[in-house]
Amino acid sequence: MTTRNDLDIIQQWIEPGSRVLDLGCGDGTLLQMLKGQKGVEGYGLEIDPDKITACIGNGVNVVETNLDEGLSQFADKSFDSVVMTQALQVMRYPHLVLDEMLRVGKECVITFPNFGNWRARFYLLTRGRMPVTKQLTYQWYDTPNIHFCTVEDFEALCAEKRLQVLHREFVAARVPDRQIKGIWPNLFSDTAIYHLSK
Amino acid sequence: MPEVIPENSVGIVTPEVVQFDEPLTLACGRTLEQYQLVIETYGELNADASNAILICHALSGHHHAAGYHSASDRKPGWWDNHIGPGKPFDTNRFFVVSLNNLGGCHGSTGPTSINPQTGQPWGPDFPPLRVRDWVESQVRLSDRLGIRQWAAIVGGSLGGMQVMRWALEHPERLRHAVVIASAMKLSAQNIAFNEIARNAIRSDPAYGDGHYLERQAVPRTGLGLARMIGHITYLSDELMGNKFGRELRSGSFQRGQDNPIEFQVESYLHYQGDAFANAFDANTYLLMTKALDYFDLAREYNNDPVEAFRHALCDFLVVSFSTDWRFAPERSREIVEALIAANKNVCYAAIDSQLGHDAFLLPNERYEQILTAYMNRIEREGPAR
Repeated sequence: MTTRNDLDIIQQWIEPGSRVLDLGCGDGTLLQMLKGQKGVEGYGLEIDPDKITACIGNGVNVVETNLDEGLSQFADKSFDSVVMTQALQVMRYPHLVLDEMLRVGKECVITFPNFGNWRARFYLLTRGRMPVTKQLTYQWYDTPNIHFCTVEDFEALCAEKRLQVLHREFVAARVPDRQIKGIWPNLFSDTAIYHLSK
Repeated sequence: MPEVIPENSVGIVTPEVVQFDEPLTLACGRTLEQYQLVIETYGELNADASNAILICHALSGHHHAAGYHSASDRKPGWWDNHIGPGKPFDTNRFFVVSLNNLGGCHGSTGPTSINPQTGQPWGPDFPPLRVRDWVESQVRLSDRLGIRQWAAIVGGSLGGMQVMRWALEHPERLRHAVVIASAMKLSAQNIAFNEIARNAIRSDPAYGDGHYLERQAVPRTGLGLARMIGHITYLSDELMGNKFGRELRSGSFQRGQDNPIEFQVESYLHYQGDAFANAFDANTYLLMTKALDYFDLAREYNNDPVEAFRHALCDFLVVSFSTDWRFAPERSREIVEALIAANKNVCYAAIDSQLGHDAFLLPNERYEQILTAYMNRIEREGPAR
């Protein structure tokens, strides 16, 4: 789930008046916000019919697209920023999506749920079952989230791909995690937000 | 005949004839000294004329898009599913204009009209038309109706081509373009089907030199055959399978019996062909399919659709249907990609339907939701842009 707080963090990394592509744009909340506050020219890609209808009604540019089929329709560097909030973990090939985001965009912003959060670890440790939490409410068999990662995993992927981390922010909804997330993000944050370039 | 005219129908409508006496120079270089367009309108034009929607029809369409001409009509207009009170093109809120294009055979000047120079029907001598000629005649119609800027221009298939041409040629005269099941140009396969249809008409002995109206003849066989070919391409394999399968209309598969069998699908095609041959003009069919074949949105923009769409000022809604192989979803995606590259506002929905190209004419819940959402937005944003 993307909170208002997440959107505020993302927003500060988007240049005013830039061209933004939002992968899995939902009902278009982020793009509407970026259009209103930053005057961006934004396009969203979405596959869910109801969310597409919501975007159309909200006046958000939305293109019905299956992201697993890639972004080959877009030219290299045709966007200033490519954004993906809370969708990396549902992709069939997250690492290829990341490559595509940085081919199509000059920069990218990614948010994902941190599976390294202590609550998930504790759940698995004590119950021996795949974590079902307030943030991650699905059972293992019906979850659309097929590629979970932790903050450490994502850092390792960025290093392997030699990506430049321009900014990283960590979000935790609950106390005491919120106060101490800075000490050990991989343990205490529930959402990670990365700003990357090549 | 409808038992009672439904509440969400525009009801009984009467076509109007609009006469134009200012000569219209056509893309082919010839001039029509005068011409008429037959139109229907639904709903009320508001005080600042900002709520008008123009409907552009496809190959065999006409002005009668919604409602009934009389209480004894068996069927309403061709897009009655979408036009009416509370429907996506809501006549309580919008003023909807539908016309029969120039070159048509439903009341607008075309091959069946009298050529003033000969006193005989134009027939095959009617000037060839291009999509841009239709757009120019529609611009004049807009002036006549006092509509400076359309809230939206809407069209499916060949109608979508008119919408896109409007957006490039008269960008300031529309705020929204709704392009449904269309393409920036036909594929070779599309043209091939059209040529078979034309050949069927031309090789009908009744067609002769094309002046069949003077001989009180109708190339019924050729026209019916043309429609049968067209009809196959408007439906999906899946739909034909579900609708007809290998069901028999008459005869049997009994071994040793020699009675000729007729499949349901054959009977259906014959019915469609016959109905069309009684309602349409062969020269108009030739003219319309040629306009369709020649349409090429970006040809004069260095064959670059992005460069072409840079001329547009309106926002776009593009819609395609999954089993449409005549105007496949890929063709719509090409439009969308060019619009994005040209930095234009665009929404695109790819609707699941087993109905093939014909889906754009038929009821579909998601299709209606999308059109409704877009039209609500148009109303909310209003003319101040």
